Amino acid sequence: MPAVSKGDGMRGLAVFISDIRNCKSKEAEIKRINKELANIRSKFKGDKALDGYSKKKYVCKLLFIFLLGHDIDFGHMEAVNLLSSNKYTEKQIGYLFISVLVNSNSDLIRLINNGIKNDLASRNPTHMNLSLHCIANVGSREMAEAFAADIPRILVAGDTMDSVKQSAALCLLRLNRTSPDLVPMGEWTARVVHLLNDQHLGVVTSATSLITTLAQKSPDDFKTSVSLAIARLSRIVTSASIDLQDYTYYFVAAPWLSVKLLRLLQCYPPPEDGALRGRLTECLETILNKAQEPPKSKKVQHSNAKNAVLFEAIALIIHHDSEPTLLVRACNQLGQFLQHRETNLRYLALESMCTLASSEFSHEAVKTHIETVINALKTERDVSVRQRAVDLLYAMCDRSNAKQIVAEMLSYLETADYSIREEIVLKVAVLAEKYAVDYTWYVDTILNLIRVAGDQVSEEVWYRVIQIVINRDDVQGYAAKTVFEALQAPACHENLVKVGGYILGEFGNLIAGDSRSSPLVQFKLLHSKFHLCSVPTRALLLSAYIKFINLFPEVKATIQEVLRSDSQLRNADVELQQRAVEYLRLSTIASTDILATVLEEMPPFPERESSILAKLKRRKGPGNQPGAEEARQERERERERERSLNGSAEHREGGAAASAKSSPSVDVLSVAALPTNRPRPVSSVSLMQTPFLASCAAPSSLSAGPMTSLYPSADLLGPTGSPPSTGGSLLVDVFSDSLQAGPAPLDLAPPNTAVSEDNFSRFICKNNGVLFENQLLQIGLKSEYRQNLGRIYVFFGNKTSNQFLDFSSTVNCPDLLKTKLNVHTKPADPTIDAGAQLQQILNIECLEDFTPAPVLDIQFRYGGTLQNFGVKLPVMLNKFFQPTEMEAQDFFQRWKQLGAPQQEVQKIFKAKHPMDTEVTKAKIMGFGTALLDGVDPNPTNFVGAGVIHTKNTQVGCLLRLEPNTQAQMYRLTLRTSRDTVSQRLSDLLSEQF
Amino acid sequence: MAVTSTQSSRTSGGGLWIPVESWPSIRFILIQNRAGKTRLAKWYMQFDDDEKQKLIEEVHAVVTVRDAKHTNFVEFRNFKIIYRRYAGLYFCICVDVTDNNLAYLEGIHNFVEVLNEYFHNVCELDLVFNFYKVYTVVDEMFLAGEIRETSQTKVLKQLLMLQSLE
Repeated sequence: MPAVSKGDGMRGLAVFISDIRNCKSKEAEIKRINKELANIRSKFKGDKALDGYSKKKYVCKLLFIFLLGHDIDFGHMEAVNLLSSNKYTEKQIGYLFISVLVNSNSDLIRLINNGIKNDLASRNPTHMNLSLHCIANVGSREMAEAFAADIPRILVAGDTMDSVKQSAALCLLRLNRTSPDLVPMGEWTARVVHLLNDQHLGVVTSATSLITTLAQKSPDDFKTSVSLAIARLSRIVTSASIDLQDYTYYFVAAPWLSVKLLRLLQCYPPPEDGALRGRLTECLETILNKAQEPPKSKKVQHSNAKNAVLFEAIALIIHHDSEPTLLVRACNQLGQFLQHRETNLRYLALESMCTLASSEFSHEAVKTHIETVINALKTERDVSVRQRAVDLLYAMCDRSNAKQIVAEMLSYLETADYSIREEIVLKVAVLAEKYAVDYTWYVDTILNLIRVAGDQVSEEVWYRVIQIVINRDDVQGYAAKTVFEALQAPACHENLVKVGGYILGEFGNLIAGDSRSSPLVQFKLLHSKFHLCSVPTRALLLSAYIKFINLFPEVKATIQEVLRSDSQLRNADVELQQRAVEYLRLSTIASTDILATVLEEMPPFPERESSILAKLKRRKGPGNQPGAEEARQERERERERERSLNGSAEHREGGAAASAKSSPSVDVLSVAALPTNRPRPVSSVSLMQTPFLASCAAPSSLSAGPMTSLYPSADLLGPTGSPPSTGGSLLVDVFSDSLQAGPAPLDLAPPNTAVSEDNFSRFICKNNGVLFENQLLQIGLKSEYRQNLGRIYVFFGNKTSNQFLDFSSTVNCPDLLKTKLNVHTKPADPTIDAGAQLQQILNIECLEDFTPAPVLDIQFRYGGTLQNFGVKLPVMLNKFFQPTEMEAQDFFQRWKQLGAPQQEVQKIFKAKHPMDTEVTKAKIMGFGTALLDGVDPNPTNFVGAGVIHTKNTQVGCLLRLEPNTQAQMYRLTLRTSRDTVSQRLSDLLSEQF
Repeated sequence: MAVTSTQSSRTSGGGLWIPVESWPSIRFILIQNRAGKTRLAKWYMQFDDDEKQKLIEEVHAVVTVRDAKHTNFVEFRNFKIIYRRYAGLYFCICVDVTDNNLAYLEGIHNFVEVLNEYFHNVCELDLVFNFYKVYTVVDEMFLAGEIRETSQTKVLKQLLMLQSLE
């Protein structure tokens, strides 16, 4: 076979590349490049018309210079000219230049499209492919507009060459991804699906990718692909290894195509047709059997290709989650891989087992590998493998092995890489809470966490331990004793001081009987840490001291003396000073009764999903695997939800349920409300928590002096001390799932009802999409808004083969929202047939600016079981934007007018997504404001303006977003005439980048 | 109060109503040498030039520190990198976290075997001097971020046919 000689065809190019390679310094290189650029420029400008070869050579040189990292600002025209050459090599260079250097230069795009058009129509397969590849590589909207209609025709035409079909299929896929609205599906759907039967396996390979993507978007339209894919797969897996000749790779028949077909099948539930299902099961069994056969080759390529198919088959088995035998076989196979000498296989087995652990059929089988997995945690050299081991331990954890797993994770934490410590901390905290039968164990575990990895213990974690201790009086004495002992250590982490201060302040009396932990000893112990702590912790300790005064009159004098000292009363920090002054006054003036009322023990916290779990779910970034992790968690939660809905809770926890305490309420993570075992109603919120929690929750806001502004000190010292009305929501705030979301509605959903808000934030910048999906039901939304009015079309899709009965869907507005938003619905039809969709229309009117969101309450009967859950409706304040165009001068004038400090909210945050200008623009426009070009002197910044329409008022809003690509950060500034609006908009928008 | 008409109506099943965003499986393909020089960069997603440069540097940083005992997979931002080292060259494919690791690992090898055949014992310099041909090879095997053709015979036949054209 003739090989390609170096740089054949274009000698000048080869010489130039050699010259560049010989440059000894960067300066020399730049000099050589500038010389070449000057030369090319003069050639292009010269009087003499260049022949095709020279043009090709110079364009290719320009491309090379660009790829070295230099800017190219000419030559585009010459490249476009090459498209009309009838020589392949010239055309190829022209197309390549355009693909690599394309910018939406409007005068050229027409010419480029013209060239493409000619080639598409040429019936020359080589030229057609060049033009299709160019469209697939560039994929711009202009190209979609010009060619979206032609490509399906080329794809399904009977006389199209196979290689052109391959390119056309993927070209169509690209256009469908970038401009779905321009690529109508319809009459050619059936013929595209039929490509799965094509004789040419290359065509099938390309077409499968296209069909998979389309099937993800509209499963119903591509349903027929299931049987064809199974038939194709079956032929491949049962073929002798030589049958497929060109497509056999190291004795494995068409591995890539098999993988693609198996992925296509993962768009669908298991086939309902028995014969089809049987055929698929046979395929999967054959694949599992092959894994046990002796290898046909010792080459790693052979085993990799074989295992690629095997892992995809296992993924499908897990996706279907309906064949216990297959699931257990898959688990056993992965178990063998756990001890394989190839690191890749161990890693993938750990990863794959994680999803198996969430299936009730294979959960037990996964658990049998616990020792191997723990061993992996201790011995694997690659941190990413250890990370997978941690994930798997987390996934396989249940009541039977929780103590062992938590202990292993804790001991691993002592030496774990910094990159994964925070995540392990969160996981340990979640597991310890979720499977705590004995809360003393929980308290020990969390204190251990703080000892081992105090820096990684986030606020969520230590808030949570306090919340649990407050809510469970059986553990309070133990907690007090334990923190007291832990605080004896000469050096303890500040987080321990926080937890210790809080718990002793509340429950120190429970251990005060022992002379070794008398009130004075407790106080001295806490105060010995005071000077080493940061301001927020000191503030917390001061609150603990005033609580001590109430609990233990005998230490009042000592504490008053401390409060009275100059270092407190005249502290430079305004928050500390204020606390010292107010607490001192309070302890001097108030009678014991008033003190007791004001400084009463904390009431139980309302139960909600752990904020730690929420954080774990939110976590994204290096060292983590967000997509899969989230999917796993989602899957797991869905199961939990279903299980609790079906009343078959504790299914897999098995024998442990016999233990006395494991009533359903033990699982404090579950959404079911924990019965509050103390009579005190939540409304008797003690004043104590005001400064206390304010400082815990929002240390950053301390500088603004929130105490004086929110709670005038007269109130604090007043005789009856009526609790500030916002106290309740503040309390909730501290532990609310989304710390930014403002006062979270408390009683949104009826008891035992989960409220899903997973997709909520995706709708901030768009109006249509899937809001919710589980195995039974898909809820899609289409919404439109005009001024202060909105209409939402809600589509309920029954994904099952049974009817839903007694279906109802109603909108619940939390109290805080009722005066601000009107939502009108009519009862929906009470039944949804199998596979059918029900549409419901909601009409919405915004009366006033608002923060919480309404909840759609859904209830129906499926197979005799009542399903009941809530979905947070994505109705946010920004939906009522009308964009406002304005000139730079106007913008700055208004900007200045909105200059009062409370009108501006600024937030600096880290980018969560790649910082793509176009995406950002789309998001800002999706958010509802006009995107103003040429306003900001810095062109990389984004500036927007709009007016929020409510029935009662209109609120003008200006925004500015400054990306810093170097630091991967954004600064978002919002100015509106109303502080609550600025804050809410900032919270909503900042989550989007 | 703005009560407009409310209604509830039934539509038949089928015809999903929502465009779901989707991304290509392969976000980019990079070939780099040990010093970090890029020998091929093929992007299947829109990135601006600064972003591309950053990605190139980051990939180099995460891949070169790994040794033979490590896996051929690295988590990378919200994606993962599947890579394999051939002499002084790292071949890296960045894919979605849910994609099949081994399929792309062998996808790399398949690609390398084609290059090896096409350039007769390929070496780094072949990729430098023939960079514009390497793009053609890539487009034959990967397109729109998906695997297009896997048969070495078919790809090489096509490449030689193109080679013979003027």
